This record gives sequence, C-alpha cells and structure tokens, in this order.
Amino acid sequence: MKTFLGIPTGRPTHDVASPQPYAAQPGHASTLAGTARGNAMQNPNEPLRWGTNFPDAAREALKNEQMRRNLGHATSTIRNKRATVVGEAPDWEDLRDAGSQIKVNVAAQLPALLEEFERNFTARGGTVHWARDAKEANHIITTLIKETGSQEVVKVKSMATQEIGMNEYLEAQGIAAYETDLAELIVQLGDDLPSHILVPAIHRNRTEIKEIFERRMESLPAEMTDAPRELAMAAREHLRKKFLRAKVAVSGANFGVASTGSLTVVESEGNGRMCLTLPETLITVMGIEKIIPTFEDLEVFMQLLPRSSTGERMNPYSSIWTGVSPGDGPQNVHVILLDNGRSRALADDVGRAALKCIRCSACLNVCPVYERVGGHAYGSVYPGPIGAILTPQLTGTAGHSDPNNSLPYASSLCGACYEACPVKIDIPTLLVHLRARAVEQDKADHRPTAWGAAMSAATVIMSDSKKFAFAEKGLGALRLAAGKKGYVHNVPLPIISGWTDSRDLPTAPKETFRQWYKRTHPNGALASDLPAADTKPTDDSSPSSAGTESETTHD
Amino acid sequence: MRIALAATCIADALFPQAPIATVKLLERLGHEVHFPSSQTCCGQMHVNTGYLDKAVPVIKNHVETFAPVLDNEWDAIVIPSGSCAGSIKHQQAMVCDRAGQSALAGTARAVAAKTYELSELLVDVLEVTNVGAYFPHKVTYHPTCHSMRMLGVGDRPYQLLREVEGIELVELPDENQCCGFGGTFSVKNSDTSSAMLQDKIRNVEETGARVLSAGDYSCLMHIGGGLNRKGSDTTTMHLAEILASTRHDPATPPPALRAGQSVKVATK
Repeated sequence: MKTFLGIPTGRPTHDVASPQPYAAQPGHASTLAGTARGNAMQNPNEPLRWGTNFPDAAREALKNEQMRRNLGHATSTIRNKRATVVGEAPDWEDLRDAGSQIKVNVAAQLPALLEEFERNFTARGGTVHWARDAKEANHIITTLIKETGSQEVVKVKSMATQEIGMNEYLEAQGIAAYETDLAELIVQLGDDLPSHILVPAIHRNRTEIKEIFERRMESLPAEMTDAPRELAMAAREHLRKKFLRAKVAVSGANFGVASTGSLTVVESEGNGRMCLTLPETLITVMGIEKIIPTFEDLEVFMQLLPRSSTGERMNPYSSIWTGVSPGDGPQNVHVILLDNGRSRALADDVGRAALKCIRCSACLNVCPVYERVGGHAYGSVYPGPIGAILTPQLTGTAGHSDPNNSLPYASSLCGACYEACPVKIDIPTLLVHLRARAVEQDKADHRPTAWGAAMSAATVIMSDSKKFAFAEKGLGALRLAAGKKGYVHNVPLPIISGWTDSRDLPTAPKETFRQWYKRTHPNGALASDLPAADTKPTDDSSPSSAGTESETTHD
Repeated sequence: MRIALAATCIADALFPQAPIATVKLLERLGHEVHFPSSQTCCGQMHVNTGYLDKAVPVIKNHVETFAPVLDNEWDAIVIPSGSCAGSIKHQQAMVCDRAGQSALAGTARAVAAKTYELSELLVDVLEVTNVGAYFPHKVTYHPTCHSMRMLGVGDRPYQLLREVEGIELVELPDENQCCGFGGTFSVKNSDTSSAMLQDKIRNVEETGARVLSAGDYSCLMHIGGGLNRKGSDTTTMHLAEILASTRHDPATPPPALRAGQSVKVATK
C-alpha cells in the first residue's frame, strides 16, 4: 500500500523485533561491497531509514504540486507567526546563546547528569530504565505494559517513540497504541508516515482528513463537513472514550531535569495532560540528550521552544511531573533513557551539536528545500535540515549506497535554518562536516567516484595560478559550444547536464579578468590620485597610468 | 588606500565584468587596486562538496597570495562575492585546523580579518554610500544567502543602490529566499534546485525590472541561466557594475539573448 506520494506506508508489523541493517534495493546502482545481496530489499521497518535516496525521492515529491502548495502555505504561515513573536523578545539572541551554552554543557557532562537524574527520579518513586537501542526500548515498554494486563495504551505525541517504531512493535505484540495528538491521529488512521516534526500531517488537506475519519472512525456525526472545528470535534469524541478507559499511557519528554528528577511535556491540545494524569501507569521514553542540569534552565527553553515551534508566546499546556505523587495521578511511573545512536553522535566533536536540538521544527519551516519536497523525501521520522544532520548520525551510514548518505547533500547551504535555530545549531557547518565524512568513507572503501576525480583535478588547477590561467583558455570551448547564440543550452556530459536541464550556461568571455588587468595595468596597480592619509608610500606600484586604456582613467 | 582584489575564480574566468567594474569603481574613488596574480580560488567549491583535504592546497594558495596584507603590502582585500567572502571568513581556517595545519589556519584567520565583501568595504571601511554612480534603469536586488546570513551585510547594498542617480529600485518579493544554486547542490539535487529557481524567477519577473542585481556572480549565473532559458527580458548585472556606471562612462544592461522566446530542450 502506498500513500498518494508513492511512498510505502505504515511499516509492516512483522519482524520489527529484529530490524535488519540497511540493505540496498534491487536495481540500486551500487551495492555494499562484499555483502550478500540474496534478499536485498528496502527495509521499511526502519523509522530512520526508509525509501530511496534523497534526490530520487525529491524528484518524485516535486511532481505533487498540490502538496507543494499546501506546504508553501503552511510553512509560510508558521514562519510569519514565529517571526512576529521572536521579534517581540528583546533578548532573543541572548536566549539563543543561553540555550546553546546549556546544551553544550549538557553534552560535556552527560553521564554525570543522567546519573543525577536517575537518583532523583528514583528517590521520588519512579523507575528508571536504560535502553541502548530501539529494540531494547521496545522490549522494556512491552514488558511494562504486559505487567499491567492492559492491551492498549494512549500516547502523547513523541518523536522518540516514532524513532523506535514503538506503535508497530506493540501492534505485533497484540497491544494497540492510540495516538491522541490530532495530527498524529490523522497520520495513524491514514496508515501514513509523519512528514513534519511538529505538524506530522502537514501534507494532508482537510478534505483528505475528512475522508480518513469517515473510513476509520465509528459513530461520526451524520452531516460532518470538512470544517476544521467539525473535524476537531469528531476527533475529540473519538479520543475521549480512549482517555477515560486507558490504564497505561506512553509519552516522550521535552526536558528531564537532573537536579530534581522532573520530566516535562509541552503541548497545545490538552491530550497530553489527559494521558499524563488519568492512567495508572505512565511510561516515558526520553532521548538521553534531553537532560538539562537544573530547574532554572527550564526558563530559557520555555521561552525558546513555543516561540520557535508554534509561533506562540507560551504553549497552552505545560506538564511537569516528578516521580509519583501519592494519591494523585499515575502511581506506576517509569522512564526509559534512550541512546539509539546518540552516544555515536556525541563522540563526534563537530556532529554532536545536532544533539542540542529541542525538536521545535523551526528549521523545517524556513527551509526552502523542505518547503518544496516535503518531509517524506528525507526517508526518516526526522525530516528537514535537522533530519539531514541527525538521521545519518543516529543510524551511522553503511557505505556509499546507503540513502542516509545522501541527506547531508539535501541543502543549498542557504543558512536559513541556522538563523532560525533557537539553540544555534550551525546546521550548514554540520552538513559540510557530514559531507566530508561521506567522502572520507568512500576513500576508506577505495571507492573512486566521478566527483572525487573532478575535485582532484580542480585541486591541481586551482592551487596554481599558471595552471588556472591555462585552464581558463580551455573555456574557449564554451564559446564554440555557444556559437552566435551567446549562451550554452545543452551539455551532454554527466554533472553538467544536471545544470543545463533547466538553465543556460554563459559563454566564456573573449578576455578573462586577469588578461584584462594585465593589458590595462601593465605596470601593476595605478597610483592613487587622491592623497590617502592612512596609506604608506606607494613604492610597490607603478606611479604612471601611461599606456592604459581610456576605460581605466579616473573620472 | 591600497586595496588587493580577489577576483574570484568564477568571475575571473566567466564574468570578468564584475572584477573589472570593481577596479574601475575603486580607482574612480581614488584608490589603488592591486591584483596579486598568483590568486586562483578560495576553495569554497571543494569545502562545500565535502572534499576538505583537497581544499587545503587551494586555500593555502589563496592565503599565501594575500598574506602580504599582514605586512602592510595592502590596506585591505576586497572580494566582489558574498559566498567567497563567507568561505574565507568562516571555512578556510576551520578546514586548515582540521587538516592539522594550525599555522596556516592562523594566517588564514588574520588574512580573513582584512578581507571585505565589496559593499562592506565601501560602507564600513571607505565610509561611502554615494559613489557617484549613474544608472537610469529599473533594478531589483537579490541579497544572496551568504551575504545576508554568513556575512550579515544587511542593507549595505541598498544603501549604495539608493544613492545611484537615475535608478528605479524595486523590491524583490521573497528576496531572502535562496535561488537554489548552492554550488554542487544545483547538479546533485538538480530537480529541487530547479524548483527553487522557478519561484525566484517568478518573483524577479513580477517586479518588471530590466536588471536583476546581486553581489555574487555565482547566484547571478544561476538565476541568469534560468531567466535566459525562459526567454525573459530581465538580465543580470553585479552590484559593482551598477556602481561603476557613471554619466561619463555609462554601463548598459546586457541584451536579453532570446527575449520573448521560450524553448524547451530535452537534454536527457
């Protein structure tokens, strides 16, 4: 089954217990050297690696003009809201600096902070579990749910549980996990995949949502239209029954406070508050990088996150809980501290900056690439600029044909993401860093590439001006190709044809700049004709402008 | 002031009009413009494609070419490109450090501190916004991502353009959106790049400007290539070309090569 984007939907529920490493698809140009290709096929069980490489997935996505219009409209609306509320904060840049520095410190002392969190969370009656990867986390969650005897859980929207494919795993174990965030509900009922961190159903319009509800919800109002309020009321009715009977809830966490052992969920719809307070058992899955040192640090992030995320000054619901409160709320409280590749990212002195991310999705909303291709093209539950640097670090990359190796190239390096990031992740620099790692990996694999050869040749030419000047003469070929037209329309060569598919190339000039300068400045720079107090005597330049052409005389 | 010009590899080879205009402009303002002939390229293409090791010899050549600025051979270095200036200021030293060449990194940092993108040099160093230019045409300006975000040149190009006699300056809708060039992005992710370009071209044409200007010929090559393919009446000129134009020696916008025609050619 495929979505209207042609992307495989809903990861199959079989075999999720033992996710296989990435295997190249049949027909994929290159395969992993020395690996048996017997059952080579795409493994859609991996929430951080599905589908084909980015350029191919993007090409498909670009064909969907309706989705592009939807995305353009949605992202520009959020962008403008964010710009307004960020503009209101006079200390915004200071807040960004503070948020960034807190996260840098967290990375530097993560083991100690995690142990401090564990002590405090345990002292208040909670139980801490440690999970190295998705498999361990899913196993722990399943065991905890089975101990309660419940066959279903309600869920707070959570990227961590998306990342480990929890819903699909539980389904295979006979446990139903109900998403209660409206957009996640739409994605779940549509057997779809999320395409945005904050607004996972951003690629759906309301007509599609109404159709999904009609197909999957019971006892809908007879005359329901696709008006947003009516759709929301239908979802509310659908969810209310589930909240009231649920014995177990699963959540993520925006922050975990080491000094107090508190967990935090920040949300907009109140569904989170329902899940966090009504059931008897509460299981939270939190990436280890979400730890912050003290309760005071929350004040920085509680200002940064809502403004960056939904473009609001403050989000409607902020829930903070610390272990168990006797007689009030869940009495069986667990947290699973999830690594799942984070230690690998932490070991990279440049790449670790990606772990500063607070999942606000501001970078998605300002990204010109995301706006045009949407989230599914990134083949991960983490799309957009942050996905391009986070996904390949969490999974590691398995050689040249691994689609996650194409993610760091999915950017024009325009820098809009860095400008918007509330914790100042220098995403363009990380993208370049990860590109360099992909190139190093090819080199280590003794894998020659056309790009590598071109870059080697360019190094020879571009580190020596004599060779460069000689190469410039070769550009006369462009003039031949252009003929009288004065532009080049079609170059049937690999690499360059990627350019001439949609743009003309200029023809080479009759005279390069260095030829012009030599002709017009035969004795070097023309002496300044104005006295300049801050310059030293001009012994090193020609005092004469004789012999130069009129075009260089001074006005 | 004695100013060394880094012409940029792409303009030296393909768009000499930009560095030529830079020379004319600065000489008109009474400054000496030197062209250290051992220069080639800043290394940005290698760096952004991930070939950091292969970038080092290119960066070394750039840094050594312009290192005499540290011995007061020149007072400043000017480069008529926001992205090359950005690479010099934000990438060169990092790449050298990573390659274990800390001495070269130190020199690169010092040279970068004396390097200015053209509008920065004019407004901040030479403290001039009215350069005595004359350009009686309708112009719109694309601020370019690296000028805007890596360098933070802000409204300096507009300060300069607003003082040009006869100019009709019109705002470019969604000006801060990337044109989709991104160096090798334009060929590695050609389809996405083209989609971004089409939106940029639509916005440019909406202005009805005769000339699209920018401070970087790499972006102009991209947008200009798309405008030409579309048969647009709008053509491209570097900021330096407009500022170099005077009543005495006026620059004329380049002709639209195929105005009114729209030819679709399949290349694959």
